[in-house]
Amino acid sequence: MKKNFLYFEPATVAQAIADLKESGAGAWRLAGGTDLLVRMKRREINPDALVDLKNIPELAGIGAEESGFRLGALTTVAALLRNEEAGRLFPALRQAAAVMASPQIRELATLGGNVCNASPAADLVPPLVAAGAQAVIAGDDGTRTVPLEEFFRGPRETVLRAQDILTAVIVPWPSKNCRSVYLKQGIRRGHEIAIAGVAVSLVRREKNRLADVRIALGAVGPTVLRARKAEEFLRQHTLSEAVLAEAGGLAALAAQPVDDIRASAWYRREMVRVLTIRALQFCLAGGGDE
Amino acid sequence: MMFHQITLTVNGSLFTVMVAPGDTLLEVLREKLGLTGTKKGCDTGDCGACTVLFDGRPVPSCLVLARAAHGKEVWTVEGLSGDPGFRRLQENFVNRGAVQCGFCTPGMLVAAFVLLRTTPRPTEEEVREAISGNLCRCTGYQKIVEAVLAAAAIPEGSRGPDQLSEGGDPANG
Repeated sequence: MKKNFLYFEPATVAQAIADLKESGAGAWRLAGGTDLLVRMKRREINPDALVDLKNIPELAGIGAEESGFRLGALTTVAALLRNEEAGRLFPALRQAAAVMASPQIRELATLGGNVCNASPAADLVPPLVAAGAQAVIAGDDGTRTVPLEEFFRGPRETVLRAQDILTAVIVPWPSKNCRSVYLKQGIRRGHEIAIAGVAVSLVRREKNRLADVRIALGAVGPTVLRARKAEEFLRQHTLSEAVLAEAGGLAALAAQPVDDIRASAWYRREMVRVLTIRALQFCLAGGGDE
Repeated sequence: MMFHQITLTVNGSLFTVMVAPGDTLLEVLREKLGLTGTKKGCDTGDCGACTVLFDGRPVPSCLVLARAAHGKEVWTVEGLSGDPGFRRLQENFVNRGAVQCGFCTPGMLVAAFVLLRTTPRPTEEEVREAISGNLCRCTGYQKIVEAVLAAAAIPEGSRGPDQLSEGGDPANG
């Protein structure tokens, strides 16, 4: 790992933006460091400067706001798991946090880092996208909010400009009948990067009709993807086993998987179909807690 | 090279050291403070051998920059050995064959200690989850899980069943 670089420790977002501006193109933002430090040790990243965001109170904290439930960018995965209100409101997010990496990594890794790394396999992103989350971004021209699903441009590419900082993710308040779940397929049970991940969030209107449904697919495309045709099909039809099976097929068609070391494209697409059906069945069975 | 002066508390004592921006907390512990109980395994956060308590939380010290440890409180296996609960874990690791090459042991102990602090009577599943970030290539984990469960089964302040049984009569046991 490169030993010598500039190290900034801003105490405010404004100062962090100024530090990023001052240090130029070779600067990297540091949060939990569980991805950045590994890439530095592999010499994939050799920074001229690190801007350590961990001492900025504006980026911390979990809690209620008018527009929704705010998760500060510095929220660690472990803190998310320990927050009972977040777990109750967003079971799919809790499930994703619980299957991420290892207990030690979860103490360091942050929600903001998981989002900004823009890995297509980031576990926290599908449940957040399915919940309709918004990304709050601070720049030197003010603060803006973008839907999280529009935050990603491709693998490791986001809408963040060189001096922008993701300050928080805001998840809209779920309606009373909302059910959500995240199902992850990996090679083994723990410590694993997803082969495919499916998050479903739905609201029933009556017994066999859906008022709303969102399906987000992880690790099967350049970014996390919405299965919009499957969602539309589900909204338009009276629910039955055949309708769920059709929705699973439509979700599989929405996937854009690739062959890689972890799985073939064919297998990933098949897993999207299966996991989508299972996730829908789970939510409709009245579950959503575990 | 730009060096920074950092001050941190390790095992209850205050230390001031000079560090380069790219130094990790693990390197400071082992190379500057001589605390070699904490092991460098993979050095990429996968194996758990470098686990320490960092402001009370178990973290891989290889993924913490020394610079970011300024003002923090760190406990390593050396300092934790003064805690009776930690000692119970150590004794059970030894008595039950949970230590073979020993390289993963300090990290395992720290992870298990954190579990027992919040969950004094864990299930086997909870033990396995708690040590899921610690790799062991010798034991197959079974003896480690047994040792943690055995340590948890001993009431606070008493001697372990292993020691008690030594003086007892097996025929009446």
